Amino acid sequence: MTDQTTDTGAVRASAPKTKAASGRVLGLGGKDLSLFLLVLGLALFAPFILNPFPEGSALSQFNAGYPDLMQRFVIFGIFAIGFNILFGLTGYLSFGHAAFLGVGSYAGIWMMKLLTTNVIPAIIGSIVVAGLFALIVGFISLRRSGIYFSILTLAFAMMSFALAYSVLTPITGGETGLQLKYFDPRILDAELAPGNPPRANLFGLNMTSSYELELGSWVFTFNAGYYLAAFMMLLAFYLSIRIFRSPFGMMLRAVKSNQNRLNYTGISSKPYTLAAFVISGMYAGLAGGLLVAMDTQVGAERMFWTASGEVVLMTILGGAGTLIGPVLGAGFIKYFENIISKINSTVLHDWFAFLPDGLENVVVAIIYPFVGKGWHLTLGLLFMLVVIFLPGGLVQGGQKLATVFRRDKNAGSVESDAAKKQPGHPGE
Amino acid sequence: MGRTIHREDNMAKSNFTRRGLLRTGALGGAALATPTLFTSRVWAEAHTGFTNAPQGDTVTLGFNVPQSGPYADEGADELRAFELAVEHLNGEGDGGMLQTFSSKALDGTGIMGKRVEFVTGDTQTKSDAARASARSMIEKDGAIMVSGGSSSGVAVAVQALCQEAGVIFMAGLTHANDTTGKDKKANGFRHFFNSYMSGAALAPILAAQYGADRKAYHLTADYNWGYTTEEAITSSTEALGWETVNTVKTPLTQTDFSSYIAPVLQSEADVLVLNHYGGNMVNSLTNAVQFGLRSREANGKQFEIVVPLYSELMARGAGENIAGILGSQNWDWKLENQLGARYSGTNAFVQSFGNKYGFPPSQAAHTCYVQTLLYADAVTRAGSFNPCAVDEALSGFEFDGMGNGPTLYRADDHQCFKDVVVVRGKENPENEFDLVEIVEVTPVDQVTYEPDHPQFAGGSLGSCNPGA
Repeated sequence: MTDQTTDTGAVRASAPKTKAASGRVLGLGGKDLSLFLLVLGLALFAPFILNPFPEGSALSQFNAGYPDLMQRFVIFGIFAIGFNILFGLTGYLSFGHAAFLGVGSYAGIWMMKLLTTNVIPAIIGSIVVAGLFALIVGFISLRRSGIYFSILTLAFAMMSFALAYSVLTPITGGETGLQLKYFDPRILDAELAPGNPPRANLFGLNMTSSYELELGSWVFTFNAGYYLAAFMMLLAFYLSIRIFRSPFGMMLRAVKSNQNRLNYTGISSKPYTLAAFVISGMYAGLAGGLLVAMDTQVGAERMFWTASGEVVLMTILGGAGTLIGPVLGAGFIKYFENIISKINSTVLHDWFAFLPDGLENVVVAIIYPFVGKGWHLTLGLLFMLVVIFLPGGLVQGGQKLATVFRRDKNAGSVESDAAKKQPGHPGE
Repeated sequence: MGRTIHREDNMAKSNFTRRGLLRTGALGGAALATPTLFTSRVWAEAHTGFTNAPQGDTVTLGFNVPQSGPYADEGADELRAFELAVEHLNGEGDGGMLQTFSSKALDGTGIMGKRVEFVTGDTQTKSDAARASARSMIEKDGAIMVSGGSSSGVAVAVQALCQEAGVIFMAGLTHANDTTGKDKKANGFRHFFNSYMSGAALAPILAAQYGADRKAYHLTADYNWGYTTEEAITSSTEALGWETVNTVKTPLTQTDFSSYIAPVLQSEADVLVLNHYGGNMVNSLTNAVQFGLRSREANGKQFEIVVPLYSELMARGAGENIAGILGSQNWDWKLENQLGARYSGTNAFVQSFGNKYGFPPSQAAHTCYVQTLLYADAVTRAGSFNPCAVDEALSGFEFDGMGNGPTLYRADDHQCFKDVVVVRGKENPENEFDLVEIVEVTPVDQVTYEPDHPQFAGGSLGSCNPGA
């Protein structure tokens, strides 16, 4: 990833100007900068934004501002941002990205077992190992494109899952998974007292430690692990903007719009797609490493093909090829998975208790299949609606809303540029 | 053109940074100031000194059970038992085992006067999902204790999480030695019996029924429970003269075991040991019977199938295939009726469970119900929800009247020691709930082991963690 930074940095001067590029802070054009600041604001104030309802009220069911879920939002945001660099820019649909997440997780936990419980080596290790693995998988899979590429990546992912689940049990813990034990070697750390569980930390700052702020009946939790993950997400997001705006990104878009034409002009697209694949694998590795840093255990299930499918859903739901879309999609799906799935029939009966008995039962019977265990159904319906009516994902929805309220109907929005399949840059 | 853009660049840049700086400054200042302006919860918690100290007049327990996956049936029954236990703790219903429990600290007014509420979660029998679900219970819902689960992989994962977070974990159905062996934790407690106890109780009966010169073939679920069960059964049967010809691991997600059963026919084995549980066992046993193993003769003897960990729910799933097959159980709903008052509490529980749901409870339901009551009792006796106080009250606690006879919660490893029930599938069951018959009850002395037994070596309880 550092290579990439220097790469984009070096060619910044020639980087294409966005349509309304008017200012550059941190090398970001005006609209990119406001987008970045928006994400920064969302990440910083997530504990407030996600906990809008007072503790103990009926609506507190919908609060999502607890460390575990906040961490998941940003970590899967990273995962989806990385996936989008591959899928959104080159159009190569990988169906096996969870494998890189899983490999990153295993690398991370082994760093913590062997070296130190400090999360920095774990995160670096997971990025490096996932990158190497992505290099191998990418090198082979990218020999084909389209559906064959998807199937190849899916096959690799299922193979990795099967390996982790049974064959490589001594390394991966198989079905039981891996956890930190007090008797792990950890050559850089002092020995722990027997039975004392090792904790993931950042130079002594425990990842699970939280500060709780009570304002009236509202409780806001500020978690160390969340802010580390959010910081990483901002880095990842920033890097993804730079990639989108770089000549490299332009080349990837060229691959998406017409790879044959690119080949005929004498440009080999393979190095570009492979680089994109590896970068996106490293993003997944970072997400996997962070998952371990937040909760020190790994199970093979996170490499299952459904996990790979999930990141595809996240990206498409949010808006493939847009910058903020994948982050929104990740948040959306994780919210459903953790909040909507918790609404069971008891909760529904509580809500509709004011209705007459017969009517209450009818209303509950109608809603129940769509919440609780049926959250997949709701998500599936929403996904269909989005794909049919908003092919650009939630971002396109946001744009449509914005044009309604905007006086100048023709003004371009923040993402309009990124969402376009073939961005035109007459200035070039 | 280039120059124009350049000038615009500069203008916008200065504009942007100024505004941005002001905005960030203001927000940052506000963020820094807020903690000093308002009373923080950290101060409130300083008085209690442990994670999720109950506020107000309610206390929240977290019931984390498999609602999907191969153990979903067990999970559903566990949830029924939890609901019943909460009812009884809050003084509703007929009180169930509260009447027979040897400790009389609980009086039906909740726990220490606080009404018991609960949240539920789905472990999916996956360690990742189980931890996520338990974390949301602890972090979002403020659960002071987490219980439930039907897999040792999950139990070990969630137990470690609870130790880290500083809440008590009252294990549900978990049978692997590891839970109170190499992965034991000071904040974790197990009422259920374990693989070693199954081996110790089953082996003498197997030798008596099937002879001492048998050749066994093991199919083992590929996770920690399967490993320790296989180890326990092989070591205790080999001690009595059996030979183990092969052991094969099968994935937990497997639903068709034909490819694993076929090689058994080629081997020289005359006993098949299925170290499977739940849906796995139902499928593998059905496959084994379809392949004609039950009617087969090998080495001049009748071929036999053994299922070390048995349950009524599995028997129901396997139907008539279960007939005549031996296994062990933690508890059975017929214990008190057939073996007398030593197992008092059984009938009280079966009756209130039956009244509420219309059928007898499984052993998974029993252990979860008992664990909830034991936790509530320990809190009441300790006079505090603090995990360390609960730890002290439960360690070395001797009790009776919970359906298993006199029981000890051993302080060394937080494992309960009690009699083990050896059962056999009925040949002609009268109804769908009375599918197994009790062969023998192995007294607790025969299944007790030293805390440093090799099958349990390698771990340490550590010290209790109150969190916060």
